[in-house]
Amino acid sequence: MNPTEAPDLVTTIGLEVHVELKTNTKMFCGCPVGFGGEPNSRVCPVCLGHPGTLPTMNEKAVEYTTKIAMALGCDIAPRSVFHRKNYFYPDMPKNYQISQYDLPVGERGSLEVEVDGEFYTVGITRAHLEEDTGKSLHIGGGGRIHDADYSLEDFNRAGTPLVEIVSEPDITSPAVARAYATELRSILEYLGVSDVRMEEGSMRVDANISVAPPGERGKKVEVKNMNSLRSVFRALEYEEKRQREVLRSGGSVTQSTRHWDEKAGRTQELRTKEEAFDYRYFPEPDLVPLEPAVEWLRQLREEQPELPIERAKRYQRDLGLSSYDAGVLRSTKALGDLFEQALAAAKKADAKQVSNWVTNDLMSLLAAVPEGTKNPPLTGSNLAELVDMVAGGDLSKSQAQQVLQKTLETGRRPREIADESGIKQVSDEGALEAAIDAVLAANPDVAERLRSGDNKPFGFLMGEVMKATKGQGNPKVVSGLIRKKIS
Amino acid sequence: MTELWERTAADLASLVASKQVSAAEVAESCIARTNEVEGDVLSYLTLTPEAARAKAAGVDAAVAAGEPLGPLAGVPMALKDIICTEGIRSTAASKILDTYIPPYSATVAQRLYDAGGVLLGKTNLDEFAMGSSTENSAYQVTRNPWDLSKVPGGSSGGSAAAVAAGQAPFSIGTDTGGSIRQPAALCGVVGLKPTYGLVPRYGLIAFASSLDQAGPITRDVRDAALVLGAIAGLDPKDSTSLPGPVPDYMGALDKGVEGLKIGVVKEISGEGVNPAVQTRFREAVQILEKLGAQVGEVSLPTFGYGIDIYYLIAPAEASSNLARFDGVRYGLRIDGADVENMNRNSRAAGFGPEVKRRIMLGTYSLSSGYYDAYYLKAQKARTLIARDFARAYEQFDLLVSPSAPTTAFGIGEITDPLTMYLSDICTVPSSLAGAAAISVPAGLSADDGLPVGIQFMAKPLDETTMLSAAYAFEQELGLLPKPPLWSPS
Ligand SMILES: [Zn+2]
Repeated sequence: MNPTEAPDLVTTIGLEVHVELKTNTKMFCGCPVGFGGEPNSRVCPVCLGHPGTLPTMNEKAVEYTTKIAMALGCDIAPRSVFHRKNYFYPDMPKNYQISQYDLPVGERGSLEVEVDGEFYTVGITRAHLEEDTGKSLHIGGGGRIHDADYSLEDFNRAGTPLVEIVSEPDITSPAVARAYATELRSILEYLGVSDVRMEEGSMRVDANISVAPPGERGKKVEVKNMNSLRSVFRALEYEEKRQREVLRSGGSVTQSTRHWDEKAGRTQELRTKEEAFDYRYFPEPDLVPLEPAVEWLRQLREEQPELPIERAKRYQRDLGLSSYDAGVLRSTKALGDLFEQALAAAKKADAKQVSNWVTNDLMSLLAAVPEGTKNPPLTGSNLAELVDMVAGGDLSKSQAQQVLQKTLETGRRPREIADESGIKQVSDEGALEAAIDAVLAANPDVAERLRSGDNKPFGFLMGEVMKATKGQGNPKVVSGLIRKKIS
Repeated sequence: MTELWERTAADLASLVASKQVSAAEVAESCIARTNEVEGDVLSYLTLTPEAARAKAAGVDAAVAAGEPLGPLAGVPMALKDIICTEGIRSTAASKILDTYIPPYSATVAQRLYDAGGVLLGKTNLDEFAMGSSTENSAYQVTRNPWDLSKVPGGSSGGSAAAVAAGQAPFSIGTDTGGSIRQPAALCGVVGLKPTYGLVPRYGLIAFASSLDQAGPITRDVRDAALVLGAIAGLDPKDSTSLPGPVPDYMGALDKGVEGLKIGVVKEISGEGVNPAVQTRFREAVQILEKLGAQVGEVSLPTFGYGIDIYYLIAPAEASSNLARFDGVRYGLRIDGADVENMNRNSRAAGFGPEVKRRIMLGTYSLSSGYYDAYYLKAQKARTLIARDFARAYEQFDLLVSPSAPTTAFGIGEITDPLTMYLSDICTVPSSLAGAAAISVPAGLSADDGLPVGIQFMAKPLDETTMLSAAYAFEQELGLLPKPPLWSPS
């Protein structure tokens, strides 16, 4: 072996995910939570950190955090405490962030993820509740805080409840990291606690990645600014490769924080960590510790929805769906719910048929609807009616596609739409026979060619019959009748 | 003839309610009195005569219309300038808040407004309540109405002096380690620090959040009960405020001290306390015995650690509470090359030396590597003090001690901060225990003729017992003579 070549290297990744909760109001005041808007239009003395103001706890935020911790299998702390994390930054109104330190809401959980049919368990270190900061806009100069001409502060986001979910460094590849972030996002969406929009920053993923020979500890590199699940994967893949190359060439990795540049497709060093910053944590004297009642916790546990990965397993096990179909159906809670409602309402169609309509036709139609899969404009009973009409031979597949489109647009029942616009499939042999006879009579030469065994003009005949029935003939019945007549 | 400004809050409230005088007359009397002596006493940082007149007119209209009146309707008052008042400059006696006009009112202020109180102005204090003499104000040194060469105590020195000088029948101070009780003692008035959590902190510019409490400074115990009743009670805006009904403090005044077990705290009744103060204190204890109290000595072994513990905990919280004064959103801004330098310049120019000292002390005791040895240890020691108190209250209904180790000292006399910190030696321990305490005048020192105070300390939320004992004592001793400043020269 080439002596400069390092032995097999192991990648170790831990993720830190921040999730903005979609509570009505901010964590410690009554200001509404929202995205964007006129700068400093959602602020009050409390979230602006005016002298004398005090925080009051948003109970919904505590509930959501507890639900998240439960879904991640964490131990829920019987007593959890808020701490002040002290550091100066202009977008932080009090120059401390109310966060949690040694007694978070939840600890010691885990998350199961699937990559290419293989399952991985990632440990969850902790899930804690804290407040978000405002946003700085650095104008002029170098455009950064230290070299801008001036900075503007927007405190609309300041005080938005934020849950931080820290994984154990159990993740061994960028693909597993992406699967973890995807699964986590899906769980949060199922719980209904966050918009989890990475592009809007309501879910933010930071990573720690190190590469080292087995049994050794590598230098931790923190990667920031990954604004989509795809960029989580790309950034970590890039960083893994970069560190491997550094090590293979005999160099050493510098412990640092690096910024993912999506356009350039690479990470850039922001700062090296010479020493850990001292946040002077101490218990927040303005708040009392959280001591959730046992009964309340029991109730929350009862209300927990089935987790997406469990749902997918159930669809495969109990309904015989493929892994792919189950994966599509579980991808948002709304889609899975729609599928289940439709299946329950369907009288003729089976699980496979309902699933096919969701995973194929509906998915392609929803692609054109913003947030379509999170909030499909379709009821389960309408979907069931449509699928039943196909299963019962009342609509052809292409007719049903037209009707589905109209149902999505108008919200009206498929049968109503079909009846009104005269979209129907004729399967009655008597009604079709006349049309076929007329077509055969009008095209005697074609009929003759078929009789002599030349199958080529069959399609032409089918087309003529469909034309004559205004597209309503059941193709299966029509072709059966044509064959019967020429034999 | 007694002038209106000389009357107590309770008297004024009943005079106004019974239409014997108008709120406007009361306000004019206090405004005139304020103007008469303000040049000597310097109690106020901001005067609000126009707002006072408008409020008084509103009260008079309510009286004329026969509308229901609050318990303080038409009673003038002064608020320590660390209490936020909407639309009225609130500085905490700091240059960093020189131009700060709060967009909201503290719960305490709002409750007093709702009770019909008429705000005369905002009183001086040690900057951010950090001090025991009001000399740390960035604006002026308030003088003791008993002797204008002496300090009024602190940090609520302006509030105590205003009441002692006849400028306002009552004022509100805040007490973190003795900032109501010590100046009340030095100015010969009554000062009550409620149980932590009884009076909401929302709108008090925070010094040490786990200790800060607002409370009344009055000329007699009855007024203290009256005002406490108006400001106490749960506030949904303060998570640390305590639930439960507010007792009838006025109704409990006449219960007396007979049969009450009163413990004299051994650790602060002898050594470290000026002999002339000790003498008055011993006489006060004899009065309590004479009134039928069962007096005994009680030892609180941790009492002596109070100041040490306090100066680890309070500055730590202050260092974090005061971080928000950064020039970004309000208050003083001194530009710099970048945001960090702007922060630094603003804070360097805006904070006085004592505030800077405490920010540094607190930053240090919270630092990683020192946290366990300082802040955490102090918090543990604090629980030991609370335990000592709890043990003492197993035997005694109330504890008593002098309110301060000395009478008022000279302006400029104490320059060493550590010596100054010892002014709070009597009051800090009960603050750390979160218990209620009141300072009541116990006569004048034979040495210098300046007031001496006795401190009654009660179990948490037992203000009623404390007030009834203080009231009985005051009735027996009689009110102090008025300070020389009282009668116009
Ligand atoms: Zn707000």
